Amino acid sequence: MHSWRIGVGAVLLGLITVMAIAAPLLAPFDPMAISGPPLLPPDASYLLGTDMLGRDVLSGMIHGARVSLIVGLVSALCSAGIGITVGAIAGYFGGAIDRALVRFTEFFQVIPSFMFVILLVAILTPSLLSITLAISVVIWPPVARLVRSEFLTLKTREFVEAARSLGLSHGSVIVREILPNAMPPVLAVGSLMVATAILTEASLSFLGLADPNMTSWGYMIGSARPVFRHAWWLSVFPGLLLFLTVLSITLLSEGLGDKSNPSLRGQAGH
Amino acid sequence: MSLLRIEDLRIALPKGGDRAFAVDGVSLHVDQGETLCVVGESGSGKSLTASAIVGLLPSRSLRVAGGRILFEGSDTLRMSSRELQDLRGGRVGFVFQDPLSSLNPLERIGKQVEEVLRQHRWTGDHRQRVLEMLSAVQLPSPESLVEAYPWQLSGGQRQRVMIATALATRPSLLVADEPTSALDVTTQAQILELLRDLTKQHGIALFLITHDFGVVARMADRVAVMKSGKLVEYGTRDAVLRTPREAYTRKLLDAVPPLRAGPARPAGEPVLKATGLTKSWVTRGSLFRPGRTVAALKNVSMSLGHGNTLAVVGESGSGKSTLARVLMCLTGADSGQADLVGINANYLGLRSRDLATVRRNIQLVFQDPYASLNPRRRIGAAVAQGPLAQGEKPGAVHARVAELLGKVQLDPSAADRYPNEFSGGQRQRIAIARALAMRPRVLIADEAVSALDVSVQAEILTLLKDIQRDEGLSMIFVTHDLRVAARMADQVIVMQSGCVVEQGAMQDVLTAPQHHYTAALIDAVPSLPSISVQQ
Repeated sequence: MHSWRIGVGAVLLGLITVMAIAAPLLAPFDPMAISGPPLLPPDASYLLGTDMLGRDVLSGMIHGARVSLIVGLVSALCSAGIGITVGAIAGYFGGAIDRALVRFTEFFQVIPSFMFVILLVAILTPSLLSITLAISVVIWPPVARLVRSEFLTLKTREFVEAARSLGLSHGSVIVREILPNAMPPVLAVGSLMVATAILTEASLSFLGLADPNMTSWGYMIGSARPVFRHAWWLSVFPGLLLFLTVLSITLLSEGLGDKSNPSLRGQAGH
Repeated sequence: MSLLRIEDLRIALPKGGDRAFAVDGVSLHVDQGETLCVVGESGSGKSLTASAIVGLLPSRSLRVAGGRILFEGSDTLRMSSRELQDLRGGRVGFVFQDPLSSLNPLERIGKQVEEVLRQHRWTGDHRQRVLEMLSAVQLPSPESLVEAYPWQLSGGQRQRVMIATALATRPSLLVADEPTSALDVTTQAQILELLRDLTKQHGIALFLITHDFGVVARMADRVAVMKSGKLVEYGTRDAVLRTPREAYTRKLLDAVPPLRAGPARPAGEPVLKATGLTKSWVTRGSLFRPGRTVAALKNVSMSLGHGNTLAVVGESGSGKSTLARVLMCLTGADSGQADLVGINANYLGLRSRDLATVRRNIQLVFQDPYASLNPRRRIGAAVAQGPLAQGEKPGAVHARVAELLGKVQLDPSAADRYPNEFSGGQRQRIAIARALAMRPRVLIADEAVSALDVSVQAEILTLLKDIQRDEGLSMIFVTHDLRVAARMADQVIVMQSGCVVEQGAMQDVLTAPQHHYTAALIDAVPSLPSISVQQ
């Protein structure tokens, strides 16, 4: 049941990743340079047409994959790092530490997240680093809550008490006993966060808050807005690629989520 | 004609299971008003057989592959789901093991009992029937009880409610699946008595599933012994219990520890002493409810002699597990002190980083072997964990792991496997090896065999005795089961609501209990000799 999702998701995402890594080899033109007449519809030499300045759309899309994937992966990793640390400490120690950390998490949750990202990027000036940072700061609270609840149930399990009674330190109980058992749901949510981060980056670029030195899908869609009615190819193709990327990640995440749920594991044959 | 006749029932397991049929060619019958006990260890197919009677197989991957189940003359395997619904709770009542999870926590007791009457279109006055049933199961003040919620009742009371519900529609058959396994012994005895009286009084047939031969001796007219889906032995109670034909039945019977203790071994120097331990739990109140203080330990003192075994006996809520956890420093005590004699005087209240010597000297074996091993850690790593955390050299630890696995009679290749590849008994051996890896002076076993089948239980108890003799270990054996305590212990302390009500040599306490609670506990043990008493 979940295996086809993992398969399709992995193949799609693999292709996009290869495209991002090999971008300079695959792209027919420099994505930032004027390489032909403006607003040329798709034809044999410009497979997906050109934009208002005569830049090749296909090349832009291929290079844009780099921004999307880097922002997606790095901010998901950073926010997973923050979320797991906060959640694990809150869940394991409980009491006053827990209450303080939960309040801290809620503080981030009650701020409208997209406004917060815009604010951070605007203050830090748009660049790949500041965008990634801003997204990580905003999307970690759900991870922290999930990890905390996993820790709350796992820490009362007998194997954790057994580890404590063998004299293991708090650190190794957290990292080596509880965390591996708490990871499967975190992985599923984490991969969904990659998708969220990619979409947030695209939205930022759409609003013009993009790294000016790099092409990104959201920037391409955003800048094509005024000419959408007579140059549809400028927004449709990057939009499709964005859609496929997020879809592949979502499929992967759902597949992994089902796989980590033991109550669904037995139904694989149905 | 029999009320219920099961003929050559086969229930197929999905492909890749450990056997082809979960229930394989079982034929049984239950006559009007009689009690049939179906006995077997876990996985013997006894519960599935009962579920099949009313079409309640737990998973869609299980299906009936053959046979007939005739109830009052008609085959339930051929009934429509509508007809089965009328049967369930109507002509056939059910009582399950866990009375808490079988009751809806959000609905009042009265409504839940009435539900079954409404479902089966009971013609008389519903409320009156509910009150009648609640008093029939001897619940106090039924009028106020109908307004109560399940969490306000004790486990025994909940099981009485379940019985009231099951019998409300005057069924001709009551199926009870381990109805008393989750209850304390004294409650268990009362519930069994109630079941027997009610079924005999109203001529209801009882299909009773149990793993406990003590229950069989108390309840059965006839007995069916099952193993791996097959019927091993089938006959009247006295025939099966006194002159069993099959080796398997004899093995099960022999595994039941008799309620008899040997003389206490001479006590060595005390190794672990505790005085005046007190611990209470404070539940935080809410806006509507004041906080409560529950005393788990009240001024408890104990002393464990070298090479001896001390049993801590009591029912749930008596504080026996809290005592184990306090001695292990897994829970702090409010006051009192504990000494590891000659090593660490008054070790309670040490910070966790200063507990190393305590951890080395006292080790714990937990109740549930399925929960006490980290599912993502190989067996070898689990056993090696403690010594490595204490800073022993990896090479020496590795050799010791192999030796320990041998000592608990597991193959050394077990070290590279994960816990899910082992049975409950094997897991408990692993947990024992993990505890022994620390070379402790004191081993605390907290209900260490309660979750195991009797034959496995007997093996683990023998193993623990052997290890104790070889290693000169001192043991604290926390258990609710007097039979297990009698088999293992030299000394015993009996606990009730956080207090020690009696202590002394196991043999003396069993033969001449001083406290009435101890006497009640001993009386309530369903043991085999009670057959002759009840003739």
